[in-house]
Amino acid sequence: MSHPPASGGRPADGTPLLDVSELTVHHGQLRALDRVSLRVYPGEVYAIIGANGAGKSTLLRTIAGLHRPTEGAIWFDGQDVTKVRPERRAARGIAMVPEGRRLFESLTVEENLQVGATYARKGPWTIERVYEMFGWMAERRSQRAAQLSGGEQQAVAIGRALVANPRVLLLDELSLGLAPVVVQRIYGMLPQILATGLTVLLVEQDVSQALRVASHLQCLLEGRTTLEGQPSDVTAEQVEAAYFGLAQAGHSGESDS
Amino acid sequence: MMEWVNDIIQGILTGGLYALFACGLSLMFGVMKVVNLAHGDLAVVGGYIAVGVIAVTHIPVLWSFVIVVPIMAVLGYVLQRTLIQASLDRGVLITLIVTFGVSVVIENGLLQFFTANSRGIGVNNAFITSSFSIGSQITIPYLLLLIFGVAVVVLLGLQYFLSRSKYGRLIRAVADDQEAAQLSGVDYRHVFGIAAAIAFSTVALAGIAYGMYSQLAPTTGTDTILLFAFAAVVIGGLGSLWGTLLGGVVLGVAQLIGAQINTSDEVLAGYIVFLAVLLIRPQGLTARRAR
Amino acid sequence: MSTVTETTARSAERFRVTRSRRNVAWTGVGAVIAVIVLERLPYIVYSGTTTILVQAFIVLTLACMWNLLAGYAGLVSVGQQGFVGLGAYFVLIFALQGISPFLALPLAAVCCGVAAFPLWWLVSRLRSGYFAIATWVLAATIMLVFERISALGSGTGLPLPGLSGYSTTILNADIYWAALTVTVVALATTYLLLRGRLGLVLTAIRDDEVAARSSGARVGLTRMIVFMIAGIGCGAAGGVLAISQLGVQPAGVFSISWTAEMAFAVIIGGLGTIEGPILGTAVFMILQQTLASYNAWYLIIFGSVAILVALFARRGLWGLIDEYAHVRLFPVGYWLWTGSESRRGLRWRRGGRPS
Repeated sequence: MSHPPASGGRPADGTPLLDVSELTVHHGQLRALDRVSLRVYPGEVYAIIGANGAGKSTLLRTIAGLHRPTEGAIWFDGQDVTKVRPERRAARGIAMVPEGRRLFESLTVEENLQVGATYARKGPWTIERVYEMFGWMAERRSQRAAQLSGGEQQAVAIGRALVANPRVLLLDELSLGLAPVVVQRIYGMLPQILATGLTVLLVEQDVSQALRVASHLQCLLEGRTTLEGQPSDVTAEQVEAAYFGLAQAGHSGESDS
Repeated sequence: MMEWVNDIIQGILTGGLYALFACGLSLMFGVMKVVNLAHGDLAVVGGYIAVGVIAVTHIPVLWSFVIVVPIMAVLGYVLQRTLIQASLDRGVLITLIVTFGVSVVIENGLLQFFTANSRGIGVNNAFITSSFSIGSQITIPYLLLLIFGVAVVVLLGLQYFLSRSKYGRLIRAVADDQEAAQLSGVDYRHVFGIAAAIAFSTVALAGIAYGMYSQLAPTTGTDTILLFAFAAVVIGGLGSLWGTLLGGVVLGVAQLIGAQINTSDEVLAGYIVFLAVLLIRPQGLTARRAR
Repeated sequence: MSTVTETTARSAERFRVTRSRRNVAWTGVGAVIAVIVLERLPYIVYSGTTTILVQAFIVLTLACMWNLLAGYAGLVSVGQQGFVGLGAYFVLIFALQGISPFLALPLAAVCCGVAAFPLWWLVSRLRSGYFAIATWVLAATIMLVFERISALGSGTGLPLPGLSGYSTTILNADIYWAALTVTVVALATTYLLLRGRLGLVLTAIRDDEVAARSSGARVGLTRMIVFMIAGIGCGAAGGVLAISQLGVQPAGVFSISWTAEMAFAVIIGGLGTIEGPILGTAVFMILQQTLASYNAWYLIIFGSVAILVALFARRGLWGLIDEYAHVRLFPVGYWLWTGSESRRGLRWRRGGRPS
């Protein structure tokens, strides 16, 4: 089991690594995100929770560049990336592990990692290092990705994102479709990942899992932020209310601007 | 009896030519999900360019591909990045319409500038135009053998490229999951362009080969090449390079058997085999590309 | 505005859905006048004009059908020339049996409709790209088959019997009226179909096939009906072609150029609109007449323009007109009116875009 990193409070004057402001995203006529803002500081584990359809994945995908926002801005490392294409955002240091793994099924494990490393930045993560972290992977490197189990695929997907040496790692619904034991093991890797200087922004439907690993929390409901703060500062009732929308929007801890 | 054996051998070898037609189509559909209705016409364009290049540079006919293939490769990359990508962004319907439009424009353009007459790429090398015989009733033209050999080499090369090289890997990755590739920093439009360049290169070779073996006319692209390329892909199974060779061979053999029955039934026999395969294996066609 | 006020305001609104607008009455009148004028033409103009119009009517009918297929049912067929040829040959076959070609025309159209069934069965399971190629192969195959029938003239074809008793003027007039009738029937059928349930299902399929299916729409059946109607329409046009050319030539009636002309006309005029084919055919005729002496040029230009329109002005010429004038000659959609209570009673406001 992993503990949230000791982050106490957020730097009052530091620049956020990722600064999303007033993001509004539409899917056709449907408004999936409504003026959502968030700030992620280096070294944090920022968790976004919410029910199905709350807009969590849309938020992550927009940050990664797969959706164009109708309004709002995304700043990464001090630069405006709102209109930057996804592949160029990856080059700048935003790497996403998409929902459902999305491995290249006809490629082998090693080839999947090689694709991730094709346009990699400089950094500590290499294919060999990924093999070290996941002990079983080196043996199976020539197997086709389609033949792996769900948990194994999730590991490869994370590895594929890591070898690009990103600065922020976006994790979209890691626990989806996986057995709880497997999920625990995967989340157990987080400290190793953070230790290399990465920042993590994750989306998670399993609230307790998110609370276990997060240093900062944000809850979405129907595209809007209903709660934001540190896990230690929010009560279970507040989380429940924010998740299901049983009360008006509430804040705790820091104010969001 | 021996006539049949002769036909079968010739049919198998002709299959190499059809495989050359087909592998470009298979590549473009496998990677970009594009059914390029102008595919056959592009082969004809390659052949016509060869005719022009030979006339201007007096390069030996068998070496014309050295100039034509790079031209077509660049053409393929540019066309993909501009016209075809724009069509893909607008959906399957538009893509079909645009490629059909390109086909019509190319054919009528060729018609306008080169008349309806067919022309061949005359090979002066006496050795190549001759045949060798096995026994008294089996005659195999060297040209056909050469084309079959080229087809095998091209397919081997393609397979090696796709499985071992960096761009081959990227092409396969983009074909599997375009979005995931983007997330890994891959500009899929550039990769599509590379794939198109390769497809156009093979199409150029196919056009030159056809021009040497038979005649090229403005409508050959759609009358003969496109439908046969597609038939070979369908028969052999999508996504399999060697399948296109198999498909080509089956098609070639069927055609020549048809010609035995009635000389004017060659083309018809090919179509009937194609339709039969559509009937028998529709599930392979309606399902998404499965590897 | 606070949440509370919004909710109250919403509940005071009422909704009403209506069909046609006022201007359809004008369109109806206009259409009737147009038909009457067109019908009188052989008495007014030289046969050169009516001959050109016959050609226009053929292309218009074809365009109308291709629009149904591609613009509404989502079926891109590049093999409709197969039906054109079938229609022509059926007329020839009936005429050879002693039936007057003009009488053979509707019969041939029906036969094409019947022939559409096995052909649909062959291609119905195929998706887009495969479907397109398959239709092409089918058309080519049908042509090759007919070219082998010596009783029908093999590769050179045959002149149409049963037309020799007419004087040239009357024959031209009759051909013209036959062509006009076919076109009017085609347009009217299309309009009525799209206005009814079929049109609703087609629009649903066009917008979102999966959603349409789960709402109970019989997608396969609907597509088959459209394919059959297109077969009948193209066959009828082929019959008119045979009569107007006084004979049938396989290479001519099965030419891919027919598909090129009908497809480009629809694209340029406006895919998925009823007015589109009319506009597109007009453009086509103008182009063809001005470039008549330049052989293949008109198709080169027509094709290039169609490509550009498909990419940059997807709704074609009619779409552009519609953008700026918000006019609809053949309204098949619905208007949504919202009424809100105000001091002066219930006021209705039309909202949204018509479908």
